[in-house]
Amino acid sequence: MTRPVAIVGVGQTKPGDRSEVTYPDLVREAVQAVFHDSGIDPDDIESVIFGSMPSMMEGVAMNHFYLADALRGVGKTFMRTETCGTTGISLAFSGYYSVASGFADLVLVVASEKVNEGDAQATMSTVAEPFYQRPFAAGAPGMYAMLPNEWMWKHDIEEDACRDAAATLSVDHHRDAVRNPCAHIRREFTLEEVKSAPVVVYPIRLLDVCPTSDGACAVIFASERIAKKMRQKPAWIKGIGFRGDEYVVGDSDRVESHCATDAAREAYEMAGITRPLEELDVAELYNPFTFVEMLHMESFGFCEPGTATARVLNGTFSREGTLPCGPSGGVLCTNPIGATALIRVAEIVLQVTGRAGDHQVPGVKLGLAHGLGGVNQFNGVMILGSEL
Amino acid sequence: MLTVNKRGHPILEAEASIPYELAYGPTWHRFFEELKQEKIFGTRCPKCERVLVPARTFCPRCFVDMGQWVQVSNAGTVANWAICNLAFFGAPFKPPFITSLIKLDGADNTFFHLVGGFDLEDVNLVGRIMKRGVRVEAVWERTKKGCIFDIKYFEPL
Repeated sequence: MTRPVAIVGVGQTKPGDRSEVTYPDLVREAVQAVFHDSGIDPDDIESVIFGSMPSMMEGVAMNHFYLADALRGVGKTFMRTETCGTTGISLAFSGYYSVASGFADLVLVVASEKVNEGDAQATMSTVAEPFYQRPFAAGAPGMYAMLPNEWMWKHDIEEDACRDAAATLSVDHHRDAVRNPCAHIRREFTLEEVKSAPVVVYPIRLLDVCPTSDGACAVIFASERIAKKMRQKPAWIKGIGFRGDEYVVGDSDRVESHCATDAAREAYEMAGITRPLEELDVAELYNPFTFVEMLHMESFGFCEPGTATARVLNGTFSREGTLPCGPSGGVLCTNPIGATALIRVAEIVLQVTGRAGDHQVPGVKLGLAHGLGGVNQFNGVMILGSEL
Repeated sequence: MLTVNKRGHPILEAEASIPYELAYGPTWHRFFEELKQEKIFGTRCPKCERVLVPARTFCPRCFVDMGQWVQVSNAGTVANWAICNLAFFGAPFKPPFITSLIKLDGADNTFFHLVGGFDLEDVNLVGRIMKRGVRVEAVWERTKKGCIFDIKYFEPL
């Protein structure tokens, strides 16, 4: 039997090129922000859980040692969780279960990345084994270009319509990011600018791709007893689901991805959601590429397979639509990779507690946060609500 | 050494270069020995009966030992492809290059490799040639090294 769990505070850094500060100073910024936001005494934290991308990307191996002071981890139970792109949502899982199991009442969860200090795409290529897949991986864009191609072929989606829908997502997310003080790229672009941007890996163009961001995110998980004593409204965890898929690219269908579908189904069952499009008020999908966001809209049951293009074009997922996706500007505008999925959770916390400021979607009660890792190999979903 | 980055902030330029010895094990070893003979081998799962290339020690779905080695064709059809215009650190080929998932005849999954043998700088030519379902065949390096590059690329027929 698990206990109810809430998130009682979030802290984010100002992301971007943060080469004016050291890595620990950047992490400390998020940690200070979460204690300021929650009003919790750091001494009351029982357990600290941290994660980032692999050591190869950080330049310092197993950087939780290096960052322990900035994490206020001294004298606490300490754990590291690291699953590549899904790191942030895996961390949220670790935080959730630490409290739900009765192990702790207050857990600090922190994720960070200084992407500008290393070479993200080189690191990503080394995530593939060296015998067969690595030379062809071509960083993340090479692999992620094949998914929309296959999706278009499978459902006979017209290429121009798909291009227009992806460009619409880019325009919408960039416009939303201008309202979010914790977004990295805060500049609007036109449809024409997106559609004429240089091709990275066809059909993905430069403005279909996330930026290189440094940033950190901190979240405090709390038991019901503590959450109810807090000065501000907590966000309650209503459902979680996580699934993995097979490793070798070419063995399984990564478009109608079972791991994404099953992760969402598990989270929906736990939250009692049967009609996600109608019941959810907001979603923060893990969208480093515009095209791939549409695949997840389908995997998560926001619309039928093959219909996301039309739904994006008719505004279903825009800020004013039935289910706004990515009102923060999403991963497309801010991607400190190890922290990115935890930022999705933090943003949904802000939305369901009505504290998202200029990028608040009105009347949000229930929201979905998503993390994605590997070549659509790992998917994690967390549903948060304003009521217990 | 203290230097400055493109934004004028002080940085330490550091590098970690580590040599590795990554074991092939018997399955990769035989696969690459066969590749040197210009043969592409998969293994068949005794339970789900899928033939997976490259050869595996165990079936990722059934978790049973793969028994039978099966030679698949050096030709197949393009199931998916992407043309890459970006160079990555340590990448073995210069852009543009085409990565492709190829359904080799006799295999139940797709095989990851390059498609080439024509002018990839010519966008119109690439558009005309590269379609889902196009037939391709392996082109081999003359000198074999027992690695995945013994196949130079797959060329459209």
